[in-house]
Amino acid sequence: MTKPEKKKMDRKTAKSIFLRLCRYVLGYWYLFLPAVVLTLFSNQLSLLGPKYSGEAIDALAAVGGVDFESVWYNVGKMLICYAVSAVMSYLLAVLMIHISQKIVFTMRKQLFEKLTSLPVGYFDTHPTGDIISHISYDIDTINSTLSHDLVQIMTSIYTVLGSLVFMWNISKPLIAVFAITVPAAIIFTRYRSKRVRPLFSKRSKKLGELNGYAEEMLSGCRSIQAYAREDTIGGRFNLRNKDSMDAYYKADYYGAAMGPSVNFINNLSISLVMILGGILYLYSQNGIVKEGTLFFITLGGVAQFVQYSRKFAGPINEFANILSELQSAFSAAERVFKILDEEPESADIPNALVLDDVEGEVEFENVVFGYTPQKTILKDISFVAEPGKTIAIVGPTGAGKTTIINLLMRFYDVTNGSTSVDGVDIRKITRKSLRQAYTMVLQDTWLFCGTIYENIAYGREGATPDEVKAAAKAARIDSYIESLPDGYDTVLTDDGINISKGQRQLITIARAMISNSHMLILDEATSNVDSRTEIKIQEAMTELMKGRTCFIIAHRLSTIQNADKILVIQDGRITESGTHDELLQKGGFYSTLYNSQFS
Amino acid sequence: MRTVIGYLKQYVGRMSLGFVIKTLGTLAELMLPYILSHILENVIGKEISEVIFWGGLMILFSGVACVFNVIANRMAAKVSRNFAESMRKDLFIKTLRLSAAQTDKFTIPSLESRITTDTYNVHGFINMMQRLGVRAPIMLLGGIAITLFMDFNLSLVMIAMLPLIFVTVYFISKKGVPLYTKVQRSVDNMVRVVREDAQGIRVIKALSKTDYEHRRYETVNRALIKDETRAGVIMGTVNPIMTVLMNMGSIAVIALGANLISGGSSSPETVIAFMQYFTLISMAMMSVTRMFVMYTKCAASARRIAEVLNSPEDITVKTKEEYPNKKTDAHIVFDNVSFSYNGKKNNLENISFEIPRGGSLGIIGATGSGKSTVIKLLLRFYDADKGGIYINGENIKTLEKAEFYAMFGSALQHDFLYADTIEENIKFGRDISFDDVKRATDIAQASDFIEGFADGYSHVLSPHGTNISGGQKQRVLISRAIAARPEILILDDSSSALDYKTDAALRKALNENMSGTTVVTVAQRVSSVKDCGLIIVLDEGRIIGIGDHEHLLENCEEYREISESQMGGAFVD
Repeated sequence: MTKPEKKKMDRKTAKSIFLRLCRYVLGYWYLFLPAVVLTLFSNQLSLLGPKYSGEAIDALAAVGGVDFESVWYNVGKMLICYAVSAVMSYLLAVLMIHISQKIVFTMRKQLFEKLTSLPVGYFDTHPTGDIISHISYDIDTINSTLSHDLVQIMTSIYTVLGSLVFMWNISKPLIAVFAITVPAAIIFTRYRSKRVRPLFSKRSKKLGELNGYAEEMLSGCRSIQAYAREDTIGGRFNLRNKDSMDAYYKADYYGAAMGPSVNFINNLSISLVMILGGILYLYSQNGIVKEGTLFFITLGGVAQFVQYSRKFAGPINEFANILSELQSAFSAAERVFKILDEEPESADIPNALVLDDVEGEVEFENVVFGYTPQKTILKDISFVAEPGKTIAIVGPTGAGKTTIINLLMRFYDVTNGSTSVDGVDIRKITRKSLRQAYTMVLQDTWLFCGTIYENIAYGREGATPDEVKAAAKAARIDSYIESLPDGYDTVLTDDGINISKGQRQLITIARAMISNSHMLILDEATSNVDSRTEIKIQEAMTELMKGRTCFIIAHRLSTIQNADKILVIQDGRITESGTHDELLQKGGFYSTLYNSQFS
Repeated sequence: MRTVIGYLKQYVGRMSLGFVIKTLGTLAELMLPYILSHILENVIGKEISEVIFWGGLMILFSGVACVFNVIANRMAAKVSRNFAESMRKDLFIKTLRLSAAQTDKFTIPSLESRITTDTYNVHGFINMMQRLGVRAPIMLLGGIAITLFMDFNLSLVMIAMLPLIFVTVYFISKKGVPLYTKVQRSVDNMVRVVREDAQGIRVIKALSKTDYEHRRYETVNRALIKDETRAGVIMGTVNPIMTVLMNMGSIAVIALGANLISGGSSSPETVIAFMQYFTLISMAMMSVTRMFVMYTKCAASARRIAEVLNSPEDITVKTKEEYPNKKTDAHIVFDNVSFSYNGKKNNLENISFEIPRGGSLGIIGATGSGKSTVIKLLLRFYDADKGGIYINGENIKTLEKAEFYAMFGSALQHDFLYADTIEENIKFGRDISFDDVKRATDIAQASDFIEGFADGYSHVLSPHGTNISGGQKQRVLISRAIAARPEILILDDSSSALDYKTDAALRKALNENMSGTTVVTVAQRVSSVKDCGLIIVLDEGRIIGIGDHEHLLENCEEYREISESQMGGAFVD
């Protein structure tokens, strides 16, 4: 892509991001409209302030002593203007906080709901820290822009235009000064921001890297201690820390010149106004310039003009700051929108069937599948699982066992071939009812921060306390839970470090026990429970498996031996299938494996 | 805040220089309205050349102000850069050094946000403070001083406004700090749900629980919004109140001025000049308020950082007098050790055993029986409540950390791999030659799969090693544990995902190559521990069987039960 083309693209995306953000704001037009009105009024009032103070001052300097009547009249007007303007600006601030919080709430909600609708693969390829930074930092940035900068921009525009009108009324020739300084300010700001912008984006990139590294290393802090590697890892962290701080400093170094420089241009304009105004006043006083003509100006007029030119210059000064904040808000919004635009799991087809009353017959027919088109994991898999039977899946790592589970649950769609439940292609069934037809216990135990009770009851909506207890009993974890000081109300803390891996697994088994679905998927679920407990669990599992179709990726021979059918998967194909005895007789891969454990 | 400010001490010199430059710049800026009022009062209406001269002087001072401010700002940026770097570095290292009990208390996600967001907030504030912190007060004080000089009576009006303003700012920011602390806590909660769901997405989808999770998220999201709104609305009062107070002041100046002028003790020109200063002072006041608002946010963050930095080191090195040596030939001794995580129920009770140098210990027992706790005490992640643990006769509480941990190589239950090459994951920042890495992977039965990658040992793992299988992860971790030829090797449930064949080969290789090393193995499988010289069977924190395999088969019913049930056992990877 050539350079000008790219620039055009950037401008186009910036525009679409802007429009999209606008849509959020306009969604709350009933709040936003009053906000705009409030902005206009409160600014108009605060603009009137200097006008009245100028008139009051003219009254002070009136020929023949102070014109008290006029002074009090103007002071009264100022009082009202400023008081009402303050009330309005407070209301405005509150209103904007409510608007921005509503928008942020919606955005976070949309983002979260979007995340949960994405295919599971998204979470395999995007680090959790990244996802978190979108939902917290990025949205925060947008938030502060909405709640502060938006009002600031409206105020600025109004103040600039308003001041201009007032200045125009006081003295047209003096405005000529701004014909020099304003373009100077704009050119300077543009030139600067062009230089500074890449520095700012580098700064956020480096910060992101730093955060990612911190997150990763903290998750391993026990191991780092066990090897006394604190200083080494600390040193590596600090390399990134330095990098990120350098990027920050560099952006700051150039950014630091912005404020004072723009300030200089403002002061320059006031100085010029002063010189020019002084000359005009001199001529006005001398009578060279007659009252009522273009160049006439009073002392109060000069004072007012200076006050307005400060008001006029202020926003231009701010503009540089706001511009850089807007830029970071835009790039944050871009990242958020990118997730919102991710392709979700494909929707259920229209009139998809709701799977209820499941028999439990599952069929794979010539299934071909790969996570990426380049690499096929499953190559032509066909099998039938009859209702209520147990299918054990065995095979070396990477052969595609977990992939079969992913397809059963329709976490992914097959590339070729088809899978069906009770003779219906699963693509014609609603995802929800398909997944509810299964109970799944995975190798990686997952518990959330909540009570043990909540974690078990998670398995089925509306589970009663008795059912939860029964499930825990069946999973042989009941007595352990009861032995805890808070029993079922024990809160599992982050990452569940306060209970062992095995206990976590038992809780997930209890969760599985409570859901009354017709098919069961076990993925190496028992590998972390010691054998004594496992025997008990096996009994319960056998009970649970009765009348249900079960798919088990198992390591334990006892499970495999009792299976109705064993599928040996190697390199994406079923190389052997049959019962334990059949496969032993066959003398293939399975029998070699089986015999190796006795050698 | 005090802890955080402590970090600024080393930059006092540079900061003072910055302050001086900033002050000069600000004074130059203060000269502008002074000249302006001089023009209005004395020059205007006389000579054109004088107007131009004074106007030119204004431009000159503007230029000086600009240059000085830029220099000062850049110095401030440098100081805050260095400040943030050293504070974040210390914070990170301190976090790594926290004891397990402390980490449990803070929780990992919260520690993480202290290193990232909170440090970022404080950095921003320190940066801002050096710029506005000098400029605004000088503008304020200088402005007041000049006005005092110009007209004493009128400036009293302004001075009368100041206490009012300070009281308002004080009360509002006092209310603000706890509100922002609360916001941070709500952020932690919100982040926690996102993290959990990102990690448990498969389970959530499998159980069709997305609606439930949406509701769960909605709760934390709503709570966060509520806290943010409350903090925002309170802090939103600051600006209007300030503005109204300052404007009231300017009105009072005009009203009072009218009286003074008519009394002949002041002139309209003075009032005009006064108004100029008023604008300047109120702008400075606004900056001060803005700093207060930022301070409020920053103080909440600073406190969270200080909490970590100031948490006492609770695992300290003790003296030999307090914990004397024990006369023994054994390498590792547990002498009547008891321990409890929560101080209520003992998780380990009266654990005693001895392992000779080069010997091996197997620990087996039901889930929750305390196997991993033994390891955590041996590695001094926690200190035993009762009894002593000795290595070479020395109580481990008296050993220097670096020296102590250098003795161990450990593959733990919650162990971690990170985004780097396999070689680096095994070296783990230690000075280990590639030959030793290779040797370690040979013993750990990892060479084959590693060399199967096109880029071999340079193969880059994804964060947490998610791009290799469970069994492969365990073998890399074991390689890491043995690579430095440790005195003591700890394998805590670290071969559970290996198939029997590989596990057996691993045991064999360990026996052959690590003969001088004392090995402690925690396992579920009898086959993993049956060749150990000493095996202990744990049940609810107590030793219910101790001896070798044959002894236990005869004398320990539980051990026999486990052993028999595992006939066959784990089967394939």
